[in-house]
Amino acid sequence: MFFSFFAELRAAKVPVSLREYLTLLEAMQKRVAAFDLDGFYFLARTALVKDERHLDRFDRVFGHCFNGIETPADPHTELPEEWLRKLAERFLTAEEKALVQSMGGWEALMERLRQLLAEQKGRHQGGGRWIGTAGTSPFGAFGYNPEGVRIGQQEGRNRRAVKVWDRREYRNLDDTVELGTRNIKLALRRLRRFAREGAAEELDLDGTVRSTAHNAGWLDLKLVPERHNTVKLLLFIDVGGSMEDHVRICEELFSAARSEFRHLIHFYFHNCVYDAVWRDSRRRHVEQTPVLELLRTYDSGWRLVFVGDASMSPYEIEKEGGSVERWNDQPGEAWMRRLLDSYPKAVWLNPVPKKYWGGTTSIAMLRRLLADRMFPLTLDGLDQAMRCLRRGA
Amino acid sequence: MQRFEGTASYVATPDLQVAVNAAIALERPLLVKGEPGTGKTILAHEVAGAIGKDLITWHIKSTSKAQQGLYEYDAVSRLRDGQLGDERVHDIANYIKPGKLWDAFEAPVAPVLLIDEIDKADIEFPNDLLLELDRMEFYVYETRRTIQAKHRPVVIITSNNEKELPDAFLRRCFFHYIRFPDRDTMQRIVDVHFPGLKHDLVHEALTVFFDIREVPGLKKKPSTSELLDWIKLLLVEDVSPEVLRTRDPAKLIPPLHGALIKNEQDVQLFEKLAFLHRRERG
Repeated sequence: MFFSFFAELRAAKVPVSLREYLTLLEAMQKRVAAFDLDGFYFLARTALVKDERHLDRFDRVFGHCFNGIETPADPHTELPEEWLRKLAERFLTAEEKALVQSMGGWEALMERLRQLLAEQKGRHQGGGRWIGTAGTSPFGAFGYNPEGVRIGQQEGRNRRAVKVWDRREYRNLDDTVELGTRNIKLALRRLRRFAREGAAEELDLDGTVRSTAHNAGWLDLKLVPERHNTVKLLLFIDVGGSMEDHVRICEELFSAARSEFRHLIHFYFHNCVYDAVWRDSRRRHVEQTPVLELLRTYDSGWRLVFVGDASMSPYEIEKEGGSVERWNDQPGEAWMRRLLDSYPKAVWLNPVPKKYWGGTTSIAMLRRLLADRMFPLTLDGLDQAMRCLRRGA
Repeated sequence: MQRFEGTASYVATPDLQVAVNAAIALERPLLVKGEPGTGKTILAHEVAGAIGKDLITWHIKSTSKAQQGLYEYDAVSRLRDGQLGDERVHDIANYIKPGKLWDAFEAPVAPVLLIDEIDKADIEFPNDLLLELDRMEFYVYETRRTIQAKHRPVVIITSNNEKELPDAFLRRCFFHYIRFPDRDTMQRIVDVHFPGLKHDLVHEALTVFFDIREVPGLKKKPSTSELLDWIKLLLVEDVSPEVLRTRDPAKLIPPLHGALIKNEQDVQLFEKLAFLHRRERG
């Protein structure tokens, strides 16, 4: 059963394996959930989806596979009599009202209506919405009211018109959409290399036990320094005009990065890195840090992360004087090459979605310079970027 | 097999009920994730109460090791006793301290075991528990015994999503993500905690709460537990619904906001918004 559903889930990159599938069947055998579509949806979701990033994809596949399967209508619904009476009063003429009286009054009519309803449910799937003109009922599609009188179920059913999975409630938990609500730190934590540096303050139990044993039982305490993340990161952030749209994401990334890495130094640049970068955007015309000084100060163990949309005129990269801040004697390309030669581990994070990268020449040029180590600024892209930085590939 | 349907003090949405019942029926752990303050830890307490079992909690810290949940061998005490010539030294079982999992497995009636905030621990921690969660047994090297669960406990694991959990661990669990409740569910939750509260006060408070959650740029949105605290404060201070409804546009921030807004940046954001609002009105 459900083989095509299972196959479609795998095609949509929801990681389900045979084990989860068998668990679902076992759960159905034990009658864990009610046998209606919603219950099955909840059960399938519990058994098959193991991460909230995949919930949205699951919803879409479920909606697609089980589209159009309606729950059977409940044959024991009560038509509220008040409601029927009001309808009749609106639409019946005086003679017809008299006719109704002659047929035994409202109660008899209600009874007949109820019977018709039950009968029709048996015959039509999802029926019960229209009471046909069986001759004795004054209501019907071709009645005196050109719109017809629609007799639906009670409100409960109308409110459930939108199915749970069609509401797409988990869309912003998907990790392929833009960052903003998700925790960026999860991705940044890939870039960890713990080492023990600094003053020795922590008790090393194994070492202590060993040295105590050597000492024939007299306690000999051994201490080691605490572990912390020794990755050293140089962060270059583009603060050009075109980055205004992405300011918020960059802020979040920056604050997450700052708390995660102990050695994080940030600089700003505009569009492309030229001969100087600055630490404080407001004082950029006055205080600048030449890139040559950076190359001298930080050794090749540092890793570079550029954050920018890489969108500018190609001349700004290729020609001298391309910088909009001040005249640069050497083109941006030369400076980028210098940086990348000194620091072999570098990545570029681009907040522009990947599908638009083909349209801008400057993005393609920078990608080539970086040997294709440009990643979109989504959680997934950040993940890949951190992996790339760790491996050094 | 008992079923869980929420309790008198905990409103469980239908999907959560299905997840809990599946975990109970198939005897697998249930991993619960969600925004902070949505009732993940409370869930375990309520499930234990609803199905009438004891609750054993194991709160994970960043220094927790999987071995601590099984047992701890107190080598230092044994060394000390050996030096002092104590008789107990000869039996190593005297120095094995059972951990929470051991207690859960050896309990005469299957309890509910809550492993709280499993993502706080080291990244290898869930991997170290795979065999124990799968087969509910583990081997004690020192005494050469295998401890097996007589009755499989109901295991509920909560995570705040600070770390990714390994795939092999996820395969063995059921998963449920507790979404932030919508307005109707929130109404029911408030009714469960404050029965008999005036309807218009609840209505106004909920309106204010959901409005605050909608404010753009808020660093930390208030959660369910904060709403309940705020309502309690409102009751204690005897704030009437009119005060909540006709909030002075000069101060967009609601009364007693300390329970809802926990960041000074957020408070400043409100003040800025109020200032802009005032400027617009002339």
